[in-house]
Amino acid sequence: MAEQGIGAAVRRTEDYRFLTGRGHYTDDINRPNQTHAYFLRSPHAHAKIRKIDTKAAKQAPGVVAVYTGADTAADKVGGLICGWTVKDKQGNPHKAPAHPVLALDTVRYVGDHVAVVIADSLAAAKDAAEKIQVDYDVLPAIVDTAKAIDPKSPQVHADAPGNLCYDWGLGDKAAVDAAFAKAHRVTRLDLINNRLIPNAIEPRAAIGEYDPGTGGYTCYSTSQNPHVLRLIMCAFILGVPEHKMRVVAPDVGGGFGSKIFCYAEEVVCVWAAKKIGRPVKWTAERSESFLSDAHGRDHVTHAELALDKDGKFLALRVATIANMGAYLSTFSTSISSYLYGTLLAGQYTTPAIYVEVKAVFTNTAPVDAYRGAGRPEASYVIERIVECAAREMKLDPVEIRRRNFVGPDQFPYQTPVALVYDSGNYAKTLDAALKLADHAGFPARKADSARRGKLRGLGISAYIEACGIAPSAVAGALGAGVGLWESGLIRFNPTGSVSVYTGSHSHGQSHETTFAQVVSDVLGVPLENVEVVHGDTARVPFGMGTYGSRSIAVGGSALMKAADKIIAKGKKIAAHLLEASMDDLEYAKGVFRVAGTDRTKTMAEVAFAAYVPHNYPPGLEPGLEETGFYDPVNFTFPAGVHIAEVEIDPDTGVVKIVNWSAVDDFGNVINPMVVEGQVHGGIAQGVGQALLEGCVYDKETGQLVTGSYMDYCMPRADDLPSFKVGMTHTPCPHNPLGVKGCGEAGAIAAPPAVMNAVTDAIGIMHLDMPATPEKVWQAIRRATPARAAE
Amino acid sequence: MPTVSLTVNGKKVSAEVEARTLLVHLLRERLGLTGTHVGCDTSQCGACVVHVDGKSVKSCTLLAVQAEGAKVTTIEGLANGELHPMQAAFREHHGLQCGFCTPGMVMSAVDLVRHNADPNEHDVREWLEGNICRCTGYHNIVKAVQAGAKAMRR
Repeated sequence: MAEQGIGAAVRRTEDYRFLTGRGHYTDDINRPNQTHAYFLRSPHAHAKIRKIDTKAAKQAPGVVAVYTGADTAADKVGGLICGWTVKDKQGNPHKAPAHPVLALDTVRYVGDHVAVVIADSLAAAKDAAEKIQVDYDVLPAIVDTAKAIDPKSPQVHADAPGNLCYDWGLGDKAAVDAAFAKAHRVTRLDLINNRLIPNAIEPRAAIGEYDPGTGGYTCYSTSQNPHVLRLIMCAFILGVPEHKMRVVAPDVGGGFGSKIFCYAEEVVCVWAAKKIGRPVKWTAERSESFLSDAHGRDHVTHAELALDKDGKFLALRVATIANMGAYLSTFSTSISSYLYGTLLAGQYTTPAIYVEVKAVFTNTAPVDAYRGAGRPEASYVIERIVECAAREMKLDPVEIRRRNFVGPDQFPYQTPVALVYDSGNYAKTLDAALKLADHAGFPARKADSARRGKLRGLGISAYIEACGIAPSAVAGALGAGVGLWESGLIRFNPTGSVSVYTGSHSHGQSHETTFAQVVSDVLGVPLENVEVVHGDTARVPFGMGTYGSRSIAVGGSALMKAADKIIAKGKKIAAHLLEASMDDLEYAKGVFRVAGTDRTKTMAEVAFAAYVPHNYPPGLEPGLEETGFYDPVNFTFPAGVHIAEVEIDPDTGVVKIVNWSAVDDFGNVINPMVVEGQVHGGIAQGVGQALLEGCVYDKETGQLVTGSYMDYCMPRADDLPSFKVGMTHTPCPHNPLGVKGCGEAGAIAAPPAVMNAVTDAIGIMHLDMPATPEKVWQAIRRATPARAAE
Repeated sequence: MPTVSLTVNGKKVSAEVEARTLLVHLLRERLGLTGTHVGCDTSQCGACVVHVDGKSVKSCTLLAVQAEGAKVTTIEGLANGELHPMQAAFREHHGLQCGFCTPGMVMSAVDLVRHNADPNEHDVREWLEGNICRCTGYHNIVKAVQAGAKAMRR
């Protein structure tokens, strides 16, 4: 079992179909008699709609229907919702302006949904969309995050004065003020966390279908959490009971957060399918993805760190303006509050922290969770200001971190920003990372670079994240509208194979392999006899989906609960078959044994007896199938240290990453190959944020300037090095697998590592991301008068 | 409507298409070969790479009628039953996660090896500049392509 079970680098079950072109992504699915939808989108960032004339479009060849907001309103289709209520400093709930699926009388960002054309072919729908006449009264737009709260700025919603969604605070302000008053030194930093566009390579897609015979709907969707999508569509938008809605999220080509949310397009496809009596299919073009997928990050922050004379952190004060976009996406409000402010202790014992966040509306696409979701923003603030403090105090960046780490004997550790860290060993992880990076050899490498006319820099990032989202009661107290447990069902088939149904959703995370490893290991079933089913509300009992690096910690734990019940029932059957007392039975890896004897029954024999109960315990139900629900008792706290080494060509400003060393503590690891792959991908996204990616809206017109792969710089293979990845293992003490979650770590760790390295190389305190060659070149010239004169 | 005749994965096919139909849409929608993916609309992402007369081509950049008479190989036709050495190397080295960019990556990598039987890391990274992956950070793709190239040399 060892080569297949927990801890083994098993090659993936799902690979064969992906490698041979036999995956089934949403756009690969075609339904009989289906139609194609094309959305007419707003070309303006902000405008009143005076009139929409759809007459010519409706008469165009192949067109089945054209709908506008008037049609959805007439059918009482509800608006999209935000599922997390954040209360402001006075205890008032955040402003939640209406978010119609098709615009009613106003468009609020370029790409906002104006009308949908449904036709026999996509080409016919697109041709007809050109015939729709929309009379716009263009209004001034605001896209700038910091300027949005200026009272003179254009107002996005009448019911959100000052463009303010909420003004939220967390922490003990008085204690922070007192600590600052007696500080030896205060380090101050203004920074921008650049807005990103998620860009899963599979564009979003949906198919809506209605069966008039049963009154049931089916929605195929590129979703990370089909059950939650069903809940939102049924209960809040369409008024359909959940048992009349099946949501299928088949193979999904990456999500990174952007596919968590309920979007207008899938709602419209489902609604329209009933109206026209035919399936309705929509697939985003990449340009539409840029315009209408929920974006990420977009913070403007001022931070202050108070220190004593030895570089011990006394207090941290953070003020952030966070861009929500034009409307609130499904979890948007929580990302820049509870998933951000609560992480500002980092790995450190900073005794007092106060954070305030003003969330603002702008005429841009909605902003919501993107890989890391709030935690990268927190980590960037901490790891940049700590670096600046070290430089100001002329302390070694390694030493200042070491002096402030939460010690291995301090767990559980209560931070001043609500979280209780469960476990960790930060110094050990730092030591491992320094060794992996050959930190001691850096001065020699820097000298070598200098001889070649290059600037070399090294950047350390010691991040922490809260994963395993989330204890439902805690999340509820903080405003979540849902529970954040997970469910799993394990079904033995009569001949001993196992079907596993999980509410987690895999869209690259490898659950079909790793979840099978867990079940295989615990129940003693060969891996090839375990099937993992996910992504279909008609097959999987229930689920909360995949985000926040929660799948193995919460979904895996739910499977452990189910497995415990399977073993408990199996024990009764085995005891009967062995004519032994239950108390005398031992269980390990799929075998029940009468203690101290060679009398055994395998799980396969027990399963067979459960379905062919000829000789069976009286009164016991036949069958061997159990469901487990798991609600975590705490978050998990993966942490690690990433060290980036960069070399900059001062003549061009091009930053090359020459070394990357990462040591992460994810607790126990189910499949190290998969975990390393997750780390690699996260680092690439973090490097993308630091060096390449940045969403740009034109400040005057509100047009999305970075609206394609020609304009938005995605990391390519030749932008990145190979990575050195190591691990330490401090098991999570409160979930049955001792796991913590690994999906977001790289994206959280990488941006400050890169920017600490870049600023180290140039010899400056700060530079905002992305550190493009032009910005770096300018920074070098500002920092080095001799070069400026060249 | 024009008719286009070509050979796809060894089979002769013929279809009436609108002149504006792209090769990728002919493959996906008319021939049911959905292994070739569409990830962008500007010929950047490379999810749609197929082989046309033995060369890697972005099938979103070619009109179907331009493939008249051509021999096209898609990911479905790269190997019969068994995995092609490059496909096997991607599995062995975990060179794929969500799988969406994978068909294009594999088809592109196979063409690289035809040009360069023993590519070093730099060669692989440069060659794959036209294929975007959002999941893997390319680390394991590079390892897979080098291992696939080695296996193809055998």
